[in-house]
Amino acid sequence: MTEFLQQLINGLALGSILALIALGYTMVYGILRFINFAHGDVFMLGAFAGLYLAPAIGRVWPLPSVFGGLALLVSAMAICAAFGVFIERFAYRPLRRQPKLTMLITAIGVSLFLENGGQFIFGAAPQRFPEILPTLPLAKLGGLSFNSNQIVVIVVTALLLVVLRFIVLKTRMGRAMRAVAFNPEAAALMGVNTNVVVSFTFALGSALAAAAGILFAINYPSIDPLMGIMPGLKAFVAAVLGGIGNLPGAALGGMIIGVTETLVSGYISSTYRDAIAFAVLILILLFKPSGLLGKKEVDKV
Amino acid sequence: MNILHAKSVLLGVLGLSLLATLLSPHFSSYPLFVAYNIGISIIMAASLNLINGYTGQFSLGHAGFMAVGAYLSAVITNHFGDLNVWAANGVFTLALLAGGLAAALAGLLVGIPTLRLRGDYLAIVTLGFGEIIRVILQNMEAVGGARGLSVNHGWTNLFWTFGLAAVTVYVVAALVNSTYGRGFIAVRDDEVAAEAMGINSTKYKVTAFVAGAFFAGLAGGLYAHSTQFLTPNGFGFMQSITYVVMVILGGMGNTPGVVLAAILLTLLPEGLRMVADIQHLPGLAAERPLSWVENTRMMFYSLLLIVLMLTRPQGLFAFRRRSN
Repeated sequence: MTEFLQQLINGLALGSILALIALGYTMVYGILRFINFAHGDVFMLGAFAGLYLAPAIGRVWPLPSVFGGLALLVSAMAICAAFGVFIERFAYRPLRRQPKLTMLITAIGVSLFLENGGQFIFGAAPQRFPEILPTLPLAKLGGLSFNSNQIVVIVVTALLLVVLRFIVLKTRMGRAMRAVAFNPEAAALMGVNTNVVVSFTFALGSALAAAAGILFAINYPSIDPLMGIMPGLKAFVAAVLGGIGNLPGAALGGMIIGVTETLVSGYISSTYRDAIAFAVLILILLFKPSGLLGKKEVDKV
Repeated sequence: MNILHAKSVLLGVLGLSLLATLLSPHFSSYPLFVAYNIGISIIMAASLNLINGYTGQFSLGHAGFMAVGAYLSAVITNHFGDLNVWAANGVFTLALLAGGLAAALAGLLVGIPTLRLRGDYLAIVTLGFGEIIRVILQNMEAVGGARGLSVNHGWTNLFWTFGLAAVTVYVVAALVNSTYGRGFIAVRDDEVAAEAMGINSTKYKVTAFVAGAFFAGLAGGLYAHSTQFLTPNGFGFMQSITYVVMVILGGMGNTPGVVLAAILLTLLPEGLRMVADIQHLPGLAAERPLSWVENTRMMFYSLLLIVLMLTRPQGLFAFRRRSN
């Protein structure tokens, strides 16, 4: 039982990170009907932004400290938000009227460019992420061992989800996002500036991916330029599992994939862990292609 | 392409590659190895072009089918010791065919459930299947797992690589230009309209997938008996992307362009490696002053892909623009 609880906590921490990445996929898909393949690499950039900012921030608030960690998280999010807007503006926007596949291929190109550019600039070898938060060995509750970092991941994710929910449901920009997702032409006719909404969506998604990158690096402090590939793909699967375009669905999907993967690698075989997400993807697409919380879409002629 | 003309070209290439094979003991091994890779790339790109270009189904797992063919044919030929030329080629033919059929079977298994999906979903699922094949191979101790599998026989030669490349190009051209094959293009251009005309689009997609996978399996067999060492990671996502780039660069659904792109993109890394290996340049003191070229190759590759999509989405070598 303690073993199961232990795995569950590990799974929830991993699931939170996947959920944050999945939200970016699902928001962009909801608005542009397009899979932003490079999203996993923005997650990687978030971690590296943290790595390079840590010395500068450490001069103001010596790390590890709560304030320093928070400042690091927020600044990495801001940098990646700007980066996401930049990518959208120069790689995706010129292609918006082109067939979907053209955009998908461009996104693959952007993804490869970030990975290989990252290997060239940051170096291909894994680097150690500094300790940015004071780690408390929280508990040895009857054999259960977890530390504050896993709890931080879960709590920060929950807070970000609340903020995101507020932005999407209660602000003007959120209403514009929902309008564009519902019908871009009609929204444009009603005076919504679609380009601004799309840029904002990319900024939001990329900021969440950067937060995921930092949270990931806190728990698994070895980062490399290719670290975004697998979490990116798994988060995409999570978005599809929850019903792509659906925000609560993405969060739920991320949690399910994270917990399933941790339980399977804990109890069955850890060598198959990378195949689990894809097996889940194929099963969902076979039995419920619209996802757990998604609406069924019909192709109209 | 005129079909009679195509047949004579096919026979010509087969004859020439047989001749070249007889002469090949006179060549050194490095150019031969590059030549084999060119032939293998042509097979991969032309067969992927049937799926991606002519049928419009975006597949990102072509290297996975290649892996199935490579491993199965290698396991089969590893059972045999040294054989004379005739027996060796006989066994090799059977092993290649078995690899191709196994890959086709994998294509069928992937295709039937997934080809009901739309473009971008399909791309991710094929990627997923490619990864699943890789993970399974990594966990199969019988074929060496992550350590890799050595292949005992280097039976690949110019006749096999270029002969099969010619056959692949011929079969794809003949298939697409037949009455039956018009269906592939119809499915790509407008699936709903094609369905309304009585075309079973799922059947066409599965056919394209199975045929494409078969040739990828053959290419895998050739690759196995050329490098003589297989690792699961050699058939990953990046490898699939390389073939996708060939198809896009050549122009989707433009076989001559795709063949040209396959040749160029196989030669390009070799050329860059030579540039990177230059020991001294006049005026520069450093040793190997251009060694950075090799490290930036993939970066330029991906930049090329982005710029190409932004400026010439129909492909670099597609000169006739299809009017929609």
